Amino acid sequence: MSSILVLKDVVKTHGQVVAVNHVSLTIERGEFFSILGPSGSGKSTLLRVIAGLDIPDSGTITIQERIVNADPPHARPVNMVFQQYALFPHMTVFDNIAFGLKMQRQTQPCIRAAVEEMATLVRLEGKLQRFPEQLSGGEQQRVALGRALVNRPVVLLLDEPLAALDQQLRQDMQAELKHIQEEVNTTFVCVTHQQDEALLVSDRIGVMAAGKLLQVGTPQEIYEQPVSSTVAKFIGLSNSFSGMITRTKSGICWIEQEHFPLMMARCPKGLVAGPVFVVVRPEHIHISVDQPCNDYENTLSAVVHDVAYHGHEVFYYFCLANDSIWTARVPRAEVPTPSLVVGQSLFLQWAAHEGFALSD
Amino acid sequence: MRALPKPLVLAGFMTMLFLYVPVIILIGLSFNASAMGVTWKGFSIQWYEKLLADPSIMDATINSLIIAVLSTFFSLLLGLGLAIGMEKWRKGHASWMNILILLPLVIPEILMGVALLMVFVFLQVPLGFGSIVIGHMVFNLPLTVVILRARLRKFDPIWEDAARDLGASSWNVLTHITVPMLRPAIVGAALLSFTVSLDDFVVTFFVAGPGSTTLPLKVFSMIKTGLTPEVNALSAIMVVVSMACVGLSWLFQSQAYSFSIKHDSSS
Repeated sequence: MSSILVLKDVVKTHGQVVAVNHVSLTIERGEFFSILGPSGSGKSTLLRVIAGLDIPDSGTITIQERIVNADPPHARPVNMVFQQYALFPHMTVFDNIAFGLKMQRQTQPCIRAAVEEMATLVRLEGKLQRFPEQLSGGEQQRVALGRALVNRPVVLLLDEPLAALDQQLRQDMQAELKHIQEEVNTTFVCVTHQQDEALLVSDRIGVMAAGKLLQVGTPQEIYEQPVSSTVAKFIGLSNSFSGMITRTKSGICWIEQEHFPLMMARCPKGLVAGPVFVVVRPEHIHISVDQPCNDYENTLSAVVHDVAYHGHEVFYYFCLANDSIWTARVPRAEVPTPSLVVGQSLFLQWAAHEGFALSD
Repeated sequence: MRALPKPLVLAGFMTMLFLYVPVIILIGLSFNASAMGVTWKGFSIQWYEKLLADPSIMDATINSLIIAVLSTFFSLLLGLGLAIGMEKWRKGHASWMNILILLPLVIPEILMGVALLMVFVFLQVPLGFGSIVIGHMVFNLPLTVVILRARLRKFDPIWEDAARDLGASSWNVLTHITVPMLRPAIVGAALLSFTVSLDDFVVTFFVAGPGSTTLPLKVFSMIKTGLTPEVNALSAIMVVVSMACVGLSWLFQSQAYSFSIKHDSSS
């Protein structure tokens, strides 16, 4: 199977700022690929470069084995869902969705049929004669989606598609987006800064920061085996500390930190000595109120700093010996009794394989 | 809102009176049965009837309309291109262009009229319709550009991006997106240009030739032989038409699509 979209060494600068810094990326047919990164990481610019709205300084963009660098946006087999939808305010929903087909000079009956089919897919039946400003945020979002998808793009580009929606609507749309992607069987490339959104809907994720693509992998790989502390910090809450490796043995390393006892954590191949950054996910922190339990290799003493009740789970914040704040995430059913009180001293524990060391 | 203090309301009322009393008196006297101007002798529409029967006035009206339509049309054509170009390349030469384009609006009209006459004579352009249309474009073009640019400033370039992404060529973007969205401003600018052209006297006076007498020129020549009620009637019609045009222009410009696209600070 051939890759549908290949970026090779793409660079794009805006004046002094390097928005996209030597990015190479291969996206397979039918994939839901998310580009995840904080604001200003260059992910939207990357999308615009693929769409042809920005011209890269160097590098090549190949879509279906054809180099499209020189093609203007209207000649590329991709369509984009813009961040604020960019619906045409002077056109009805029907005309918005029909716009691309009109540009292709399709016949009126063809256009009508395609628009109506698309309206069914994105659940906009009966709203075709409205103007965008008469629609809710979620409906506008679906018009933007329909307007792009009706052209049957080889790749659909989505720029923060759910960012403008409120929390509840966003969760509904996440599922719907995934469903629509499976329905039309099109490659989706989605830019987002919401890591939960990316983890939930993506087949693969590329993590971007400061113009660079740091890691590409499945959500599981990204979450469980981040290649660097930047990726680890960006994907999900994490607890972390810096230390020095003293020795390693079969994938486990021993780490020295001036305020902590000797710690053990997973360690990638090739990491044998020197400074490391250790990450422990909040769901891997085990709380021992009275005395440390022997099941876990690592034990730290801590003081309860704050408690945040989230309904189905509780977040505990602890102050450690090095004054850093760590988080533990405990499901509702496993909350210790009696309740922890702020200022209470206790122990935090985790198994060696639940933490991982990174080389930076 | 708090009620305004009485003296302020009075001052405002007086100001409006100051502005409109001459116009009201003019319109009133145009219905005066007396031929002697200022003494009221009863209501009559005879002056309007006389006006319509006068072929030279009809000719002047047609001349005025032709000139206003042509100068409006060409101002729009050039103004649209200029406004879009200036907005797109705002960072480049647009700032000095901005000043240069506005200058003709503040240059004393009599200077502009003399200057235009000299240019036409120098270039041996025959004085007549053509020279008047060009003369009127000197103030209609800046007017059009100012109005269109005010509208274009609210135009989000993301719409052009979206259209291009959906397969629109540059020409299609212009005809399907930019111009339709500018339509209220285009109609507003056209009506305003039309009115200003219809009412212009000074520039027209200098650059008109035989057979191209416009309405304001006709009014001027009529009052040279004395203030007749016919002039009142003609002026009253011109005032009403002009006000209607300006009112419509204002209405079109205030009618707008919602341009409420919010911009988040994301990459």
